[in-house]
Amino acid sequence: MPQYFNIFTRVQVRAPVYPGVPLPKGRLPRIGKGGYPSYWLGKIGDAQIGPIYLGFWGLASLMAGFLAFLIVGIGMLASVQWNPILFVKFFPWLALEPPPPGNGLHIPVLWDGGMWLIAGFFFTMSILLWWVRTYVRARDLGLGTHVAWGFAAAIWFFLSLGFFRPLLMGDWSEGVPMGWFPHLDWLTGISLSYGNFYYNPFHMLGIAFMYGSALLWAMHGGTILAVSRFGGDREIDQIVDRGTAAERAALFWRWTMGWNASMESIHRWGFWFATLMMICGGFAINLTGPFVDNWHRWAVKHNIAPVYPGYGVTDPAAPEGSGDWAVYPYLPVGDPGVYVPALRDGGVQ
Amino acid sequence: MAMLSFEKKYRVRGGTLVGGNAFDFWVGPFYVGFFGITAMLCIITGIFLIVVGAVYTWPEAPAAGNIFLVNIAPPDISYGLLQVPPFGEGLVWQLITICALGAFISWALREVEICRKLGIGYHIPIAFSFAIFAYSAAVFIRPVILGSWGHGLTYGIISHLDWTNNIGYQQLNYHYHPGHMLAISFFYASAFALSLHGGVILSHTNPKKGETVKTAEHENTYFRDVLGYSIGALGIHRLGLFLALSAGFWCGILNLTTATFWTRPWPEWWTWWLKFPWWA
Repeated sequence: MPQYFNIFTRVQVRAPVYPGVPLPKGRLPRIGKGGYPSYWLGKIGDAQIGPIYLGFWGLASLMAGFLAFLIVGIGMLASVQWNPILFVKFFPWLALEPPPPGNGLHIPVLWDGGMWLIAGFFFTMSILLWWVRTYVRARDLGLGTHVAWGFAAAIWFFLSLGFFRPLLMGDWSEGVPMGWFPHLDWLTGISLSYGNFYYNPFHMLGIAFMYGSALLWAMHGGTILAVSRFGGDREIDQIVDRGTAAERAALFWRWTMGWNASMESIHRWGFWFATLMMICGGFAINLTGPFVDNWHRWAVKHNIAPVYPGYGVTDPAAPEGSGDWAVYPYLPVGDPGVYVPALRDGGVQ
Repeated sequence: MAMLSFEKKYRVRGGTLVGGNAFDFWVGPFYVGFFGITAMLCIITGIFLIVVGAVYTWPEAPAAGNIFLVNIAPPDISYGLLQVPPFGEGLVWQLITICALGAFISWALREVEICRKLGIGYHIPIAFSFAIFAYSAAVFIRPVILGSWGHGLTYGIISHLDWTNNIGYQQLNYHYHPGHMLAISFFYASAFALSLHGGVILSHTNPKKGETVKTAEHENTYFRDVLGYSIGALGIHRLGLFLALSAGFWCGILNLTTATFWTRPWPEWWTWWLKFPWWA
């Protein structure tokens, strides 16, 4: 059944390794010759791995990324007194934390947020250099630069979280901790401190585009696999010279919902849904704090949300609010003597 | 009428699961079939009930005429699974849920018939069944596990967000739910892969000025140049379908494991990691 449905490749061709289309003059050579290291990889995808083009931008990006990774690791390790066992044990709870509030946009002390700023700098460099790479690689092959612009939308969201919003708030402490559970605490914190993100219209849009992306992917992936017996996976051929695969794919949706995308336009739908998820996410973040104090009050004011009866829980965004919000951060109990992230700030501000 | 230039030769008899030739016809661009009839019955009844339910619960919406505040809630938890609640206090929710499930399942089976007619694989209805599972987890399976329809997802634009919020914070913090982590990760990965795939197809069919349209050699070269690996034109659709279905699947699992098999706060769930004998 899985083979009949083309979930796995039945016959794998082992042609000579394809070195890639020629690069323009003056480019560095690609690295590695490429090979077929795994039979099982060939069951689900193309079996060839490599070669790769490294080049200046790729090398610079990897170096910056490695530095960022290293600095985050050093920061986490320092927080458990350089004990490697505790590092592994508490890894999910560890983070390289941004500086404490009140320092504004000044350069913080190295071991109290400075490491976070340095790691963030290299992380950002790495990502921006990688963006250049996605752009230049496309241009060298004579392609459009769509992938780079899709990536740019994700970078907008990333920079909104760690750079633009802290700038707008005028304090590096607004940045996101670099760690597994702590970044989730940060998320819970910002959502609840600003009146619950569910009432944030850009959060609503971002979620809708996120669900929509998964929906479109399932529809598109399913359609192409279903017509792969007619060569539907060769989408570009089907776009420029329509075959029975494209016709059946179109008719499936036409008969199901009365309307269909074309073999090309479905990729525009997908590209925009995924991209708008990130664009909306960036707005959701940047508006929270600098422009909107409380999304629930915003929603009530604009007649979207009802006013709820009081439950005796203090609104942490209220100026007089002190409340019992010290439940953050959620830490494993009963292990004194180890790093307690963010507790020094008295929890989420 | 409403036919594409090549459509006529595909409109053939057969492929139906139920009803033989009786419902084997089209209305405009839509294929009907037996399940088209059952789907329409469910859809019309369901929409009618939603309108009636919205009017019934209108007094609860302070700003009359505000669609954001409409809330068609499941019955009170005290009704359990077997007691029938009054119409406006939950029965209408139950009837809408029955109609929704009937419509979704009919739609999936109608898709199966269309697949059979076109001679293509059943991937799309199978994929759709993951979404139906995620929905039924919220309105059917979890309420049955917990023993009351009152645990079902409420219907309303803002109210369903409040419901999500409430079951999330009921166990302190949903972000620590491993199922939530997986679902979110698959959603992000799904959007990421979709952006890459959509972008690469568009960049090949809309190349640099003066260039011709590019094909598989360039697709593979682009991803090998950038990432060192290209999964290929067929493989990316397997991956995309897997990521999207995993997101839907874990959404359902997330729902079923909320306040059922684990009722303590989710941050506490992770203490198993700290209890390994080698470092406990």
